[in-house]
Amino acid sequence: MTEPAAAVVSIQGLTKSFRTGVTALENIDLEVAPREFVSLIGPSGCGKSTLLRIIGDLVTPSSGTIRVNGKTAHQARVDHDYGIVFQDAVLFDWRTVSKNVSLPLELLGWERARRKQRVAELLELVELTGFESSRPWQLSGGMQQRVSIARALSFDPALLLMDEPFGALDEMTRERLNLELLGIWEKAESTIVFVTHSIPEAVFLSTRVVVMSPRPGRISETIEVDLPYPRNAMTHEEPRFFELVTAVREALAAGHGGRAARDTAPAAEER
Amino acid sequence: MTSTVVEPIPAGFGREIGGRLRDWVPAILVFFVAIALWEGVTTLFDVETFLLPKPSDIAQAFWDDKGTLWDYGLYTFKEAAGGFALGSSFGILMALFLARFRALGSALLPFAIAANAIPIIAFAPITNNWFGLLNPFSKMAIAAVLCFFPVMVNTLRGLTSVDVRSIELMRSYGAGELQTFRSVRIPSSLPFMFTGLKVAAVLSMIGAIVGEYFGGPTNALGVSILNDTQLFNFPRAWAGIVLASAFGIVFYGAVALAERLTTSWHPSSRGFRGE
Amino acid sequence: MTAVAVETRQARIVPALGRLATFVLVVAVLWGAWEGYKWLWETMGWTWPFVVDDTTMPHIHDILNAFREPITAGGPALIHPLLAAAWFTAKEALAGFALGAIFGFALAVVLVHSRLLERGLLPYVVASQTVPILAIAPMVVIGLGSKGVEGWKAVSVLAAYLTFFPVAINSLRGLKSADPRAFELMDSYAASSWSVLWRLRVPASLPYLFTALKISATAAVIGAIIGETPASIQEGLGGAIVNFNQYYSLQPTALWATNIVCAVLGLVLFGLVALTERLVLRRAPEHVA
Repeated sequence: MTEPAAAVVSIQGLTKSFRTGVTALENIDLEVAPREFVSLIGPSGCGKSTLLRIIGDLVTPSSGTIRVNGKTAHQARVDHDYGIVFQDAVLFDWRTVSKNVSLPLELLGWERARRKQRVAELLELVELTGFESSRPWQLSGGMQQRVSIARALSFDPALLLMDEPFGALDEMTRERLNLELLGIWEKAESTIVFVTHSIPEAVFLSTRVVVMSPRPGRISETIEVDLPYPRNAMTHEEPRFFELVTAVREALAAGHGGRAARDTAPAAEER
Repeated sequence: MTSTVVEPIPAGFGREIGGRLRDWVPAILVFFVAIALWEGVTTLFDVETFLLPKPSDIAQAFWDDKGTLWDYGLYTFKEAAGGFALGSSFGILMALFLARFRALGSALLPFAIAANAIPIIAFAPITNNWFGLLNPFSKMAIAAVLCFFPVMVNTLRGLTSVDVRSIELMRSYGAGELQTFRSVRIPSSLPFMFTGLKVAAVLSMIGAIVGEYFGGPTNALGVSILNDTQLFNFPRAWAGIVLASAFGIVFYGAVALAERLTTSWHPSSRGFRGE
Repeated sequence: MTAVAVETRQARIVPALGRLATFVLVVAVLWGAWEGYKWLWETMGWTWPFVVDDTTMPHIHDILNAFREPITAGGPALIHPLLAAAWFTAKEALAGFALGAIFGFALAVVLVHSRLLERGLLPYVVASQTVPILAIAPMVVIGLGSKGVEGWKAVSVLAAYLTFFPVAINSLRGLKSADPRAFELMDSYAASSWSVLWRLRVPASLPYLFTALKISATAAVIGAIIGETPASIQEGLGGAIVNFNQYYSLQPTALWATNIVCAVLGLVLFGLVALTERLVLRRAPEHVA
């Protein structure tokens, strides 16, 4: 059968301090196994985005070790082992949707025919077939994010790093895209590290929720999400879902001495 | 000429270089090195400092004639300032009018922008014929037309690029057009207007000088520069140019100062909410 | 598919017709204002701000007729030498414009990659915007001319100078203007500096570049005309202005006709750049009131 695969991300004793004296992350230990969906959640300033960027070698840690895909983070970046999605779609206005999706493929030197085919596959995956020639500003926020996701998946990376990708969208679009993301995750067989502010979103999507404390960011608790896949809209209404959301909320509060509960977005059911 | 909507010196330029004195060291270094190099090379190799005389020669020429050159400069500056005042006032009034009657404004704006592509200075001989070569008004008229378009276009842009939500806010108060103009459009257009005025300040001086190249009284700076050039007295010609530049920069600075004083609330270019 | 195509074509024709109609209207209004002013001032005998007669303000139809008349006995109609002069001036301007734009953009690319060079040189590039280049025009042309440099070359140098600095400044701004997150994105792809330049910086800089090009195109034409005048470079429009200015009292319409040609030249070059911009750029519309 399958051997226990090596961790996709392996972090030990990671600390990050900025020159200004601010310690963003302190003594982080984190292992992400292949095909996991790990969410990082915490109040503003807890360093979760910084941690994500460290995994992507866009920020260098001050101390500690990090291995991505069995290599240094730098090597993993150079080898294109991950794709990244930001809160803003960060699409290039001067390119059509297809050309935006094919950007990394161009950088990788794929020939035109191969790129075209891959773009078609990806647009089908994110349900944007027919929008090949559209321009970014002609699309809604949700559609732009789907293009951004397609782009991140274009070269089929082992790891997907997502920094609050749905944070700027309305609740309904967000829930729909959550479902789509789970579908994509399953089909592409990737590993995802997902930063979010939203407790229900974290629970709904993940196999594991990593709760972080406010600055200096530490991992205060890890909660395994044992809800079965495939998940759907009904999952939101299951009792186990509420239990897990409560568990995460309490973990956040514990990490923050009670103030955390007010800092994060209220769960849907409270509105 | 220089620009309708691009500032000669971009805002935030200082920030681009850096706030610390250290950041400016390379520039200061370049300046001194350039001056020293020029003096050195021309003295050492006895290069004919033909087109670009030694800085010391230029300074000398200026010093020798500083009284005369200064008077000439003042005369030309008056033409520039007069043209600036005239052209800018008309530009602002026209912008207010076109902002009030939007349909007219949007129809005419492309023409105003295109009008900037017309070599207005080429009409200097005609204004000389109208008002007389020796009449300062002939150059003032050119400067006025040069100032009119940038001021009008920029002010109009400012009056019409207010954030939609500010306008909606005013409507929700039941405010009429005039009120909206006074409370929202005019204040938020000030930065744009000043951009236009800064451009106009620079253009007016250039317009006056170059207009004088087509003919003018002997006590005008442009005429003096042209004469010196034709007599190959380059140091004195350059001294005149430096003086003209100085007037232009000071004029620009004065407008920039007025801008700083009246718009110290630093609005975003998209508009300003409230009073 | 075809129905949509027809519709969009129609949707573009209507505003274009509207533009044309406005243009005709504006011209008509200006024409009427000119003739009206002339008639009123002549009838009333007013002398402020200047005396109005057929010399200072020729009839517009007289000016237009002048295009068809020869300027020298038995010579070609005025429009021919004027067009030749316009073409001469245009070549000077375009040569300078092209050179200045290429070098300006190149300098911007260099400066965006070297913070040290940027700090050292940028203040002077910016400061040069305040130097009245047009004021130096005669000096450059006359000076270089006495050294044996052909007039048109000196004029092209002027045009290049007038183009170089605005293009450099604006291009630098544009090259830096991309979203910081787009840079992060390119980092995540471990993209080379070259790739970042070509795929991110340069496309992002185009709107800024075109702003500068539109201004510079105009400046280059004006610079060319002004540059020609003090040295009386005969073949260009500047030379024509000097010529016809001398004979203004005898034949005012010739000078007016020349000025009209100057205006048209400026507009044509500006229009070409604007058209190129329209074709090259397709960006998001602004949302303002």
